[in-house]
Amino acid sequence: MNDDRRGPGLPAARGPLSAAVLAYLCDGGALPPVEAAAGAPPYGDDLQLALYLCYELHYRGFAGVPADREWDPGLLRLRAALEQRFLTALRADTPVHGSLDDALAALLVEPVHGTGVSHWLRDEGELWHLREYAAQRSLYHLKEADPHAWVLPRLWGRAKAAMAAVEFDEFGGGRGDRVHARLFADLMADLGLDTSYGRYLDAACAEALAVVNMMSLFGLHRALRGALVGHFAAVEITSSPGSRRLAEAMRRTGAGAAAEFFYDEHVEADAVHEQVVRHEVIAGLLQQEPHLAADVTFGIDATGHLEDRFGERLLRAWRAGRSSLRAPCGPPAAAPAAVS
Amino acid sequence: MPNAPADPPCHTRAHPPCRLRVQRRGPLLVDGPVEVELEDGTTVRSDRFRVALCTCRRSRRYPWCDTSHRERVRNPPP
Repeated sequence: MNDDRRGPGLPAARGPLSAAVLAYLCDGGALPPVEAAAGAPPYGDDLQLALYLCYELHYRGFAGVPADREWDPGLLRLRAALEQRFLTALRADTPVHGSLDDALAALLVEPVHGTGVSHWLRDEGELWHLREYAAQRSLYHLKEADPHAWVLPRLWGRAKAAMAAVEFDEFGGGRGDRVHARLFADLMADLGLDTSYGRYLDAACAEALAVVNMMSLFGLHRALRGALVGHFAAVEITSSPGSRRLAEAMRRTGAGAAAEFFYDEHVEADAVHEQVVRHEVIAGLLQQEPHLAADVTFGIDATGHLEDRFGERLLRAWRAGRSSLRAPCGPPAAAPAAVS
Repeated sequence: MPNAPADPPCHTRAHPPCRLRVQRRGPLLVDGPVEVELEDGTTVRSDRFRVALCTCRRSRRYPWCDTSHRERVRNPPP
C-alpha cells in the first residue's frame, strides 16, 4: 500500500463538498455529482477547501491517503467542475485592464498613502497580527515557488531560461538552507508558530485558500500558462515594496532576526526578479505566443482581485479587534479568540 | 588594482565581455556574481544570477535596487 505517511493531517470539512472529498480520500464515501459544484459559492470555504484538497495531492498529499489518489479519475472529474466554477467567477469578477502595458504600469507605481495589509502591518501591526498573517500565508510560503514550477515545461527558449533562473533563486540557488520555503519556516519559528507543512490549513480563511488555489489552477493547466506568467509577474512586481513594509513591521515588533531576514531577502531578490520576469519571461513568451497577451493580463489582474479580497478580510477582522483565523494559532502571543 | 603579472591582458581573455542592461528608469542589470566597491572603500558582494544595481540613489539597500525608483502616485489607479 502506497499511502503517504509523512504528509500533513487532513483538515476538518467546511461544507458538503469538502466533507465528501475528505470522506473519499479516507476511502469511506462517494463523491458528490459534478453538478453539486455548480451551485456552490465560488469563493466560499466549502468549494475552496474541496479544491485545495484536490490540488494538495499534487504537492505533498496527506498522511494516510494513497498517493495514487493524485490521478484518480473520479476526483479529477470533480476537480474539473470545481475549477470551472472558480475560473468562471474569476473571469467574471476580475476588473481586467485594457492592455498588458496598462496592467503592468498600474503595478509599477507606489501609492503615497497605501491602504493595503502590508501598510497596515507596518504602521499598526502587533505581534499577534504578524503571527496570523504568517499562519495564513504559510499555505503558500511553505511551498513557495512550487506552483510556478509547473509552468516550466510549457515555456521555451528565453522565457523558460529566465523562469528557471528565477525559480533557482526561489529554491535557494542550490543551497538547501536558502530555499525560500525554508526561510519562511525560520520566520515562523521566530514568531512561535508550528513550522509543519499544512499545519494551519484549518486556520486559514477561504480568501487565503483562494490565492493558493489560483496558483495551482494556473500552474497545472497548460492552457493557462499565460495566466500563470501574469500571476507570477504580479507577485514579483508587488513583492519588493510590500516586503520592505513587512520587514519594517517585523523590526518594529521585535519579531526576530529570521523574521526580518525573510522579508529583507525578498526586497532585494524580487527587485531583480520583477525585471527578469518583465523583460525576459513575459517578453520571451509573447515573442513566441503573442496571442497569450490577454491571458497574461488576466493573470495579473486576477491576482490583484484575490489579493485584495484576502487583504480586506484580514483588515476587516483586525480593525474590529477580532482574529482573522478560523482556528487559533495558539500561544505564545496573546490574541483574541478565533471566529469562523 | 593592476592585474597580477600572470594574468593575460584583458582583450585576449577567452570569456565574453560583461554585459550590462541599462534603463532610463530602473536599475542597471548585470549578471552575477558581482563585487561592488563602494565610495568608502568597502566591498559588497551578490551571488544572485542577475543583480540589479540602484541608479536613482534612493535605495535603502544601496547599491542594490529596492524598487525605490518607482513613481509615487497620490491616488492609486483603480
